[in-house]
Amino acid sequence: MTLMPFVFHGCLAVRELVGPEAWDARALLEGIGQVSDEMLFTHTAGTMLRRTVQGDAWPNDFALWAATELGDQALAERLAMVDVFDAGSLDALRANLVAVFEDHLHRGPVAPTPAREPFVFLRTHVVPVPLGVTASTLREFRDGLAVVDASALFYHVVEVRYRLGRDRGDFAEWTEHGLGRADLAERLARIDAHVGSLERIRDRCLGVLEDGLVPGS
Amino acid sequence: MPGPVRITLDDYRAVAPRGAVDFVVRLAETVRGRRLVHVTASRYGGGIAATLNRMLPVVNALGVETTWEIIVGTAEFDAGARSLALALHGTEQVVTEAMLERLHATCVDNATRLPLDGDLVMVHGGAPFLLVDRRPDAGRWVWRGHGDLSAPQAQVWGFLRRFLPRYDAAVLSRRSFAPPLPIPRYLIAPAVDPLDDRNRDMSRLEQAQRLDRLGVPRDKPYLVQVGEFTRTQDPQGVINAYRLVKKRHDVRLVLAGAEPADGTTVLDEVREAAHADPDVVPIVLGGAPDADLNALERGATVVVQKPLRADFALDVACAMWKGKPVIGSPVGGIPDQIVSQATGFIVSTVEGAAFRLRHLLNSPELIGRMGAAAREMVRHRFLITRDLADHLGLLAHLTK
Repeated sequence: MTLMPFVFHGCLAVRELVGPEAWDARALLEGIGQVSDEMLFTHTAGTMLRRTVQGDAWPNDFALWAATELGDQALAERLAMVDVFDAGSLDALRANLVAVFEDHLHRGPVAPTPAREPFVFLRTHVVPVPLGVTASTLREFRDGLAVVDASALFYHVVEVRYRLGRDRGDFAEWTEHGLGRADLAERLARIDAHVGSLERIRDRCLGVLEDGLVPGS
Repeated sequence: MPGPVRITLDDYRAVAPRGAVDFVVRLAETVRGRRLVHVTASRYGGGIAATLNRMLPVVNALGVETTWEIIVGTAEFDAGARSLALALHGTEQVVTEAMLERLHATCVDNATRLPLDGDLVMVHGGAPFLLVDRRPDAGRWVWRGHGDLSAPQAQVWGFLRRFLPRYDAAVLSRRSFAPPLPIPRYLIAPAVDPLDDRNRDMSRLEQAQRLDRLGVPRDKPYLVQVGEFTRTQDPQGVINAYRLVKKRHDVRLVLAGAEPADGTTVLDEVREAAHADPDVVPIVLGGAPDADLNALERGATVVVQKPLRADFALDVACAMWKGKPVIGSPVGGIPDQIVSQATGFIVSTVEGAAFRLRHLLNSPELIGRMGAAAREMVRHRFLITRDLADHLGLLAHLTK
């Protein structure tokens, strides 16, 4: 017996260029220190919305820029491993990014290498969209998750953690508190959202829900 | 066989990502009752007109009233507008004060005549730009700049900039295309229509018939580059890469494109190369070439897109949609479309292109795997359904 049905939402990100521009690693470090949490989210976990099916080579825009525009493979690799979800908060994420940059710049040449194209900071305006799909049982939840737009994965698994400051997404919350399935909630919360694509996250979530539908599970 | 004339949103269900069509329907519900107006210089020709022709009936059917107005002027205005477009994209033009005043006067005249009372008015390109000088107070006005606007001709840009604050925002296709502006700048990447003649499914029979008619033998694999026969598209560089490949692989190179308006020197050079090597096949396209390009891309083993300078270069997404890995140069919007080593390769040199061609030709399984990833990439990021959602999202955001 559930208290509240699960209501699936998708979302769309309206992307706005806001600056500042960074032409080298030192300038990007300064930018990361100054920009809003929202912009930091846009360039880290927010990139998941673009990774619906094809996991990009790099899990955040800073690593992508370091690799493609700076040609600094080592910096890109280190930035790629700064996990927004492990960090726990955007403050901690910012501190982790700053630490990587400071260490890297300390070891590198005095004058940082100029980029081919600048890094330009973006802000995203998330437009939530109710998808008209609801679920009151585990089976309905599984069926709904199988057909909704991939942006629902972003909205419920990634964006909500930033928006509400939670350490796990809506799927885990609802399966525990709505369905009373703490076992499934724990497995859903453990799915790695840092790398890969939204469709991979969907596949893994569906796998967990399928297991939950097996009698006696 | 041409594609269906009247396309509905439901027709995209078979090709769009799962849930994407329902997402557009639900998104449209959130902005139902608001009115969107597009303004362009022409209703025919070019990617913008093709996209609007396809989008408008779909958006209207979703309950979001959308109209499309055309700015009308004299032949002198049209010539001035063409120069303005080139100048905005960085090709130096002779633009006199009198031409700019004529553009302004024509826009003012059109502004009094056209019904421009939408909740959101989207003005596309340079020709109707100055309509904003007589905009009504109500509604939000955005300027949609297509292509690379990062280095416009200073004199022309200086004139237009004075009117920019009259707009509420600008929409550009990618970060590097955006000039500094005194108004908010939003990003919407262009997209391909999977149901138009360039991208629709095509039977093997039709494909074979079209290749036969174009004079492309089907006895060996071929590589293709699509692009006008100009230095900018670098067909000579592609021929040089092909020659490095040809030593090891018996392939053909097809170069397909329109004849440039300003001379045939490059085409003559390509024809000379073809004369010396019958496996170099130049194809000069005319009329409505989309279905022929569709057949050429479908028949190719690997697609090369190696311009020296480019706008968004949606030819890349067109090829990827047919399940082809693309070897492209790092210019314009090409790096946005190719995830190097996953859906194709980004290369900077002739040697790089040749190396990656050999890499792929030596690994047929990689061609299949990268091609499949390329098609999925386009399905999720560069189809018209995504473009439609982005426009509705912008309408929702700017008119909330």
